[in-house]
Amino acid sequence: MASTMRGLSVFISDIRNCQNKEQERLRVDKELGHIRTRFKNEKGLTPYEKKKYVWKMLYIYMLGYDVDFGHMETVSLISAPKYPEKQVGYIVTSCLLNENHDFLRMVVNTVRNDIIGRNETFQCLALTMVGNIGGREFAESLAPDVQKLLVSNSCRPLVRKKAALCLLRLFRKNPDVVNIDGWSDRMAQLLDERDLGVLTSAMSLFVALVSNNADAYWNCVAKCVKILERLARSNDVPQEYTYYGIPSPWLQVKTMRALQYFPTIEDPSIRKSLFEVLQRILMGTDVVKNVNKNNASHAVLFEALALVMHLDAEKEMMSQCVALLGKFISVREPNIRYLGLENMSRMLMVSDVQDIIKRHQAQIITSLKDPDISIRRRSLDLLYGMCDISNAKDIVEELLQYLSTAEFAMREELALKIAILAEKFAPDLSWYVDVILQLIDKAGDFVSDDIWYRVVQFVTNNEDLQPYAAAKARVYLEKPALHETMVKVGAYLLGEYGHLLARRPGCSPKELFSIINEKLPTVSPPTVAILLSSYAKMLMHTHPPDSDLQDQILAIFRKYESYIDVEIQQRAVEYFLLSQKGAALMDVLAEMPKFPERQSALLRKAEDVEADTAEQSAIRLRSLQQTSNALVLTDQIPPNGSLPVGQLNLVKITSQNMENSVEQGGIEAYGAVGKVDLEQAPSPDLLGDLLGPLAIEGPLALASLGDQLNTVQPTVNIEERFNALCLKDSGVLYEDPHIQIGVKAEWRAHHGRLVLFLGNKNVSPLSSVKALILPPRHLKMELSLVPETIPPRAQVQCPLDVVSLQASRDVPVLDFSYKFGDAVVNVKLRLPTVLNKFLQPTTVSAEEFFPYWKSIPGPPTKLQEVVRGVKALSLPEMANLFASLHLGISQGLDLNPNNLVASATFYSENSRSILCLIRVETDPADRTQLRLTVASGDPILTFELKELIKEYLISIPAPSLAAAAPTAVPLQPESPMIPASNDPGALLAALL
Amino acid sequence: MIHFVLLISRQGKVRLTKWYSPYSQKERSKVIRELSGVILTRGPKLCNFVEWRGFKVVYRRYASLYFCMCIDADDNELEVLEIIHHFVEILDRYFGSVCELDLIFNFHKAYYILDEILIAGELQESSKKVVARVIAAQDTLVETAKEQASSLSNMIAQATK
Repeated sequence: MASTMRGLSVFISDIRNCQNKEQERLRVDKELGHIRTRFKNEKGLTPYEKKKYVWKMLYIYMLGYDVDFGHMETVSLISAPKYPEKQVGYIVTSCLLNENHDFLRMVVNTVRNDIIGRNETFQCLALTMVGNIGGREFAESLAPDVQKLLVSNSCRPLVRKKAALCLLRLFRKNPDVVNIDGWSDRMAQLLDERDLGVLTSAMSLFVALVSNNADAYWNCVAKCVKILERLARSNDVPQEYTYYGIPSPWLQVKTMRALQYFPTIEDPSIRKSLFEVLQRILMGTDVVKNVNKNNASHAVLFEALALVMHLDAEKEMMSQCVALLGKFISVREPNIRYLGLENMSRMLMVSDVQDIIKRHQAQIITSLKDPDISIRRRSLDLLYGMCDISNAKDIVEELLQYLSTAEFAMREELALKIAILAEKFAPDLSWYVDVILQLIDKAGDFVSDDIWYRVVQFVTNNEDLQPYAAAKARVYLEKPALHETMVKVGAYLLGEYGHLLARRPGCSPKELFSIINEKLPTVSPPTVAILLSSYAKMLMHTHPPDSDLQDQILAIFRKYESYIDVEIQQRAVEYFLLSQKGAALMDVLAEMPKFPERQSALLRKAEDVEADTAEQSAIRLRSLQQTSNALVLTDQIPPNGSLPVGQLNLVKITSQNMENSVEQGGIEAYGAVGKVDLEQAPSPDLLGDLLGPLAIEGPLALASLGDQLNTVQPTVNIEERFNALCLKDSGVLYEDPHIQIGVKAEWRAHHGRLVLFLGNKNVSPLSSVKALILPPRHLKMELSLVPETIPPRAQVQCPLDVVSLQASRDVPVLDFSYKFGDAVVNVKLRLPTVLNKFLQPTTVSAEEFFPYWKSIPGPPTKLQEVVRGVKALSLPEMANLFASLHLGISQGLDLNPNNLVASATFYSENSRSILCLIRVETDPADRTQLRLTVASGDPILTFELKELIKEYLISIPAPSLAAAAPTAVPLQPESPMIPASNDPGALLAALL
Repeated sequence: MIHFVLLISRQGKVRLTKWYSPYSQKERSKVIRELSGVILTRGPKLCNFVEWRGFKVVYRRYASLYFCMCIDADDNELEVLEIIHHFVEILDRYFGSVCELDLIFNFHKAYYILDEILIAGELQESSKKVVARVIAAQDTLVETAKEQASSLSNMIAQATK
């Protein structure tokens, strides 16, 4: 051991003798002053002294003081000619500075000279520093040199292993700068290395390379398996590379980690030898007394487990793994218990083992009470992951119970998870309401606004639930000490739905009002605002008006008219005025409309939380897949038997496009304060409470999807594809570099069957595939299960059954997302399930046509409109267009050669079949205008069909134009028609 | 990968820090403060892992000193735990039954040794013998340089007498 520097030791002793922080600071300041003056006049400063001061500075830095002034001196030591100073320069620089520090630029050349120079010890110092803090400049100027050292035959192992890790650093930081073309062969060579030190470093480099692009390194798979075999059999492993009798556990772990980046291992003989090794590890690892040996062998064992899961081993081996994990989660040794739980969470990814894992539920719940927070966290995570409809009640109740004892650090996460599970897996909605109210009651501080907004959304959208929720809210509001969130949600629910309880004892408007009003003096302004809205609602709901109650409420409005908070002030003023206006009050304060279905903000939040952690972690992947499962589940199983399927997923998206709704959302959100038009409902300010925040979330989410995630661009024009598919039944709906979505459809009466073809264009699988149908109200749709992953170059078919309920031009939207590498791609595609698909061309004879046409007198079942701005179409072209819209042309019914008559039958489940008749009269003098008449037995159908035809007649892109086109123009004088009683055409004309 | 290595005494004094990921000076102090609070308060017989800011900190206590390494959430925790022990064994061999005082007065040695075990947050050498040899060679180099320097200064001193 080399001798130490006396001055340094003395200084350290002084510091240690300081009685308190103040003395320490004085001593440090004195030393820093001394160092500063010595550095200032460098003359007479020996290399030894310089070295000593730099060490002192590092020590002072470790004590937490600022030593920026010395950075320059430290860096300059790197250029010293002698080893002792150079060594100090390199090491202290790499401790004090990070890769972004400007001073490092000054030494790039010196460092390069050391690396390409002949002095091996200098090479080592330089490689170590670059390996630890090398940034972009180093990568640019040094990468080729470092690569050369790594594969050089003349270099000693000492230099080569440092070169390997140095290169790893440069590659990790700047993969674009380090040229690794042709490295698959060199890497294969490196993996043949006999020196286990070099091999360990090379394997770390290899892991980084394959994690970036596994495809380039297939030639190395066999080598990795060889290494594992060598280590497992202790072949040619020097004693110094065994650790407590285990052949380099670190190399074993790294090699198995590298193999997990290859999608699978196909070659049967390689697979066989690998599984032999893995089997040996799984079976041959015992718990021993020595802690270190135990840790090392289990490090290997857990990595082997991960590899087995990744390779999708045979079922037998999988259940062996679960059995092992089951054993681990109940052992006493805390590390093993922790890892058992963690790996069980990862195991949830593997299909078919969930049921075996569920058998351990009791043990996992026990771990929720473990004294170690790390273990409790794992247990929570696992319970969250394994929760499904079958065990949701048990798990959620356990979590609720745990909530009261959990430490603050975990409560928010816990509350969020409870809310999500309750929503995802609620066996019935009243249970969901119970859970959330309990949650607010027990841990109000940790319940974010999103959670209570969500419960209000559910209650608003489910009428059956409203009286129940209101009654529950009333019970909670009676409790003495209440969290303010409970006041908010309770007041909101009673304001909105309290009148549904009117016949129950203790629930008269007056009683409800006084329960809520008790809270008014103690709550904060945002809650006051909600309370005021609730009062206004109560006033509106009270029939017959109760003048006593009205006086009380109006007095409160009056009182708050001069309140300091503008929002409250405005509400008070507006509600007061509104309540004088009777009818307007009813309009403005009408019951909240149903909320459009959105992805739960909670789920998004949970995903965000996880996104903070390592992006590529298996746990995260699993959780994403978990989400997709859940969405499909809620889609298929009605949470409450009494509710129709799809009730929860009702979305009305106009056929225009998504942007419109986004804009509206934005306007509603930003219009939260101000302009209340008394004639128009509903008050934007009222929406502010609930819709506001939610509406903001919607567009934001869309925008962020567009901005950040969707770096993958479609390679086809989605609009064009959709338009084409509206007129034909098979073709490509969407395509991007990774996936192609094709559609094939069959229609029979009001039934339709679409098959979505999801084709993976890559050689690696697409994961986290998620497809969600957002059907409009007039369609019943059922999508079969979409697999979470699409194997490489494979095509999956997902049938989608459609039932038409009513005529509408709205179209369903397919919310589709998948994950490729790191990128999440999400697209919202309109599905070509358009009105005309449910039409069947019908030929009608004159005998059928005229009585029917006559029997329909006029609006709303017969609509006529002059359409302007029509595309220049010849009559045959127009006839073709009609044919492609499934409208049958009836020849000879209208004698005027400029006119067209068509008819079709529309099918829907509600009304079975309805005959529709269409007449188009064109003006040969002006092809851009025509008169369109549509008649059918159903006013909605008549209107929708007329609009549909109009959209196709007017130049497309239609939506905006169509809206702008004149809708009600007075009849134009028409071209003269010959009146003749036996002429069907004339008869027709006379009727028009 | 290992993002940083911390050696903290039971009193919260920092004995060694090594950062393989770029943290600014401010962040470094914050991390140390936060983690001292989390780790030093953990009781005995708990597991050696702490989840922190989406990372994991693997730590182990030796007498009055806590060795901590921060890794990614999906890294192999036990492997890193044994890297800590590997480091400690090498220190132990070098100092001969190492104690906290050795690491206080010879903190620079600890840095030399760590640099032979980890680079870029990855394990560089798993043989204790190889590391010991390299460190011994470095010490010799420094000693020789010192002897040369002192003999040189003696000569100069005599010549200028």
